[in-house]
Amino acid sequence: MDAMPQRAPRPLGLLAELTHRCPLGCPYCSNPLALEPRADELDTASWARVFKEAAALGVLQVHLSGGEPAARRDLPELTKAAHDAGLYTNLITSAVGITAETFGKLSDAGLDHVQISIQDNEPGTADHIAGYKGAYKRKEALATEVTRLGIPLTVNAVMHRANIDHVEEMVALALTLGAKRVEIAHVQYYGWALKNRAQLMPTREQVDRAVATVERLRKEHHGQIVIDAVVPDYYARFPKACVGGWGRRSLNITPSGKVLPCHAAESIPGLTFWNVRAHSLADIWDNSPAFMAFRGTDWMQEPCRSCPKREEDFGGCRCQAFALTGDARAADPVCHLSPHHALVGELAEARADAAYEYRR
Amino acid sequence: MSVSPDAKPKLPRGVRLTHNEAQGGWVLLAPERVFKADAIAAEIVKRCTGEATLSEIVDDLAKTFNAPRERIETDVTAMLTNLAEKRLIEL
Repeated sequence: MDAMPQRAPRPLGLLAELTHRCPLGCPYCSNPLALEPRADELDTASWARVFKEAAALGVLQVHLSGGEPAARRDLPELTKAAHDAGLYTNLITSAVGITAETFGKLSDAGLDHVQISIQDNEPGTADHIAGYKGAYKRKEALATEVTRLGIPLTVNAVMHRANIDHVEEMVALALTLGAKRVEIAHVQYYGWALKNRAQLMPTREQVDRAVATVERLRKEHHGQIVIDAVVPDYYARFPKACVGGWGRRSLNITPSGKVLPCHAAESIPGLTFWNVRAHSLADIWDNSPAFMAFRGTDWMQEPCRSCPKREEDFGGCRCQAFALTGDARAADPVCHLSPHHALVGELAEARADAAYEYRR
Repeated sequence: MSVSPDAKPKLPRGVRLTHNEAQGGWVLLAPERVFKADAIAAEIVKRCTGEATLSEIVDDLAKTFNAPRERIETDVTAMLTNLAEKRLIEL
């Protein structure tokens, strides 16, 4: 046998961005500013093939996402194709555009789990943040249908300056809706969220209160609901292990079939992404230039290169390193060891009460 | 915790056993969680359909693997108790 190069690790999760179309206009959306048009979207058969290739590659869970995945009329067929490929199917939805009838079809197709985003516990504020009147009501309606059918529900609460003081109310709402899990998801500043950073950024005092509230609620509701939360980026001392390490645990496919190591990877200039229309998923995972670019630790500079945590957080997020320092190989400046760390603090102070720039 | 021999264990909605060659075999999938299942665990979980009783599952395993019933019963009960605590099995 020929000597084999060290094989890349196998991915566990696939984020399938079925479409960039979405009825909501959330200013914290992490989709790219240049949204892909409907005409470029992969068709049903291509996604079905990709799901089979993903399972063969080792992927266990597929997150059907977007945009709003229900903007695709063929969502039940896509769900069935993923299920038939042996994948665990998780629907990530705004709930807008999914009637009880449509949801019944998704359930019959083998849907395993549903995650619904909720913008606030106050309907008026929630609809304002989503840029869509009546959105909140539809979320409540779908959540009720999900739990009625016995499918596990996660509430995804994206937190920022306008709603971060409502952590307790959001957890209470998730419990009322029958969710088994709630994500207190502090905004991460990519795509539209980066554009709206000054409008969304919470204060240090708000963040400290939110962290303390989560700790208290975890004890109070132990065994009832799982509360997932991490310290928001700009207020952290260590960076997050973004996507569990570049090209290590997960991959992302855009509506037109481009395969990315993370959903924001296109914000890094100079990376070449391969498309599922031209290459198999296994070939892309193992050999495409974008996946090779930051896989492992060889690409690192100091202070990452000699850092004892380099295999834990992998230097943080490449997209954030580029967005804030202009160098995608730099340490994520969220890290207190980064020479650019002071910049993160300055940006967190640069808040402004201007109107949101809605994602359109 | 003891499990009644008449209990009909089953996977709750949102928990699934699947075989994936690239990941090295059987895995039990739950919301945001993945558990590797060894061959024995997979044989047990495969039989948790909500139709067979614990007693029937033990009989079947004892016959299939030609093993003493008592030992199988102890192992199966211990495993199902553990999975039930993690909400991966309903008893």
